[in-house]
Amino acid sequence: MTHCRVAVIDYGAGNLRSVTKALEAVGGQPSLTSDPQEIQGAQAVLLPGVGACDAAMEALKERGLTGAVRRAILSGTPFFGVCLGLQLLFEASEEGAARCLGIFRGQVRRFSHELKVPHMGWNQVHFDEHHPVFADVPQDSYFYFVHSYYADPGESSLVVGTTSYGAEFCSAVAWGNLIATQFHPEKSGAVGLQLYRNFLTFAEKTNALREQYPQ
Amino acid sequence: MLTKRIIPCLDVDKGRVVKGVSFVDLRDAGDPAELASLYDREGADELVFLDITASADARAIMVEMVQRVSERLFIPFTVGGGLRSIEDIRQVLKAGADKASLNTAAVQDPALVREAARSFGGANIVVAIDARRVHGGSSVQAGDPSLALGTDSRWEVYTHGGRRPTGTDAVKWAMRVAELGAGEILLTSMDCDGHAQGYDLELTRAVAEAVPVPVIASGGAGTLEHLRQALVEGKADAVLAASIFHYGQYRISEAKAYLHQHGIPVRPVAVHGAA
Repeated sequence: MTHCRVAVIDYGAGNLRSVTKALEAVGGQPSLTSDPQEIQGAQAVLLPGVGACDAAMEALKERGLTGAVRRAILSGTPFFGVCLGLQLLFEASEEGAARCLGIFRGQVRRFSHELKVPHMGWNQVHFDEHHPVFADVPQDSYFYFVHSYYADPGESSLVVGTTSYGAEFCSAVAWGNLIATQFHPEKSGAVGLQLYRNFLTFAEKTNALREQYPQ
Repeated sequence: MLTKRIIPCLDVDKGRVVKGVSFVDLRDAGDPAELASLYDREGADELVFLDITASADARAIMVEMVQRVSERLFIPFTVGGGLRSIEDIRQVLKAGADKASLNTAAVQDPALVREAARSFGGANIVVAIDARRVHGGSSVQAGDPSLALGTDSRWEVYTHGGRRPTGTDAVKWAMRVAELGAGEILLTSMDCDGHAQGYDLELTRAVAEAVPVPVIASGGAGTLEHLRQALVEGKADAVLAASIFHYGQYRISEAKAYLHQHGIPVRPVAVHGAA
């Protein structure tokens, strides 16, 4: 059981309760916050995502959170992005006109009009078994997706999970102490909870190292 | 590959599940949170809670129920029944529901669908459509003439729990709500509902082919073959069923095994006890 405190960024987007309940179920201590100071000082940060890209960027800006999110990521705070919380990390989205956070090079694209959109339901993720967040998760497990856009990273080395819908797309990215998934671990039953459990373990180990070797 | 979803539907009256689940010993077979958790373990892909309470204080009871369910359920669930306003939707989503389902209120005020999709994201807004086969015209005029029943119309939209005709063509209405931003359509055949003789496959297929969003087929499941038909011939993305699961006729795992044998992609039921 971990007691890792996780700042869940509250920027007015829909269902945050399922994220906090899932983190609690695996022993984490989530707190909803829109305070930039709290986000920068957190043991771990989770950026949830529901709704549209432009609205989310606007809500983050209004609350003065874009800088705090960037600094948390770049300073090495263990970070988990979910769904739109993955897409926002890239430069821009076909969904809207606004610039996204631009942590990573790449665009967010819409699924083909040949497909039913949103891509909604349980689909398989083929993941990098070496990444600690996927520990004890069976390869090609099913996770719950609901989205109309997907990230197309400029650098393939970021991709740690792929899923097929019409074509193969990037369903998980990792970089340093950051992990982000296009699917919703909090809605993916036992395997989803395992991902959050792994993230908390990863965050604790990472923070222990960061204390030992401060920047 | 994206799998087809199996979705048990639970009717809720004053915060209690009615039409009990009979296939296991539960401490409290009417407790929504306990039943939800059970269906999660059974391998359900999603759940729908339909509030059938006909009273003014229903909303508060429902919100409290949603909160309790969301503490234990880590698969998606939809809440519908009596949601009339943006504030109603906000309350159930904030309480932990993943999707809110609109039915009568959407027909009465289609702009509500657009506003809800803008406010909460279209993927979180389901429009439930109750449709009935047309037998020679409707007694009422459609609110929107462009959606009115025509000579080629085959199904009419009903509201108020399927009791009130609207003069609206069900396929046209489905296309309209998708345009307005609804992320999914829950399509119930009032002709087939409760008869256990199979889904209305023509209706399901007509709507599934007409709209760009996923369609959940509902009404009429009596056998596992009916589920397969709705997914294959009906081209539905998901199937909703109540009594065949609640009364223990079939387990979710049996339904998935049957569909899998017939070449339909489904999420395997996890083996429990290992974690």
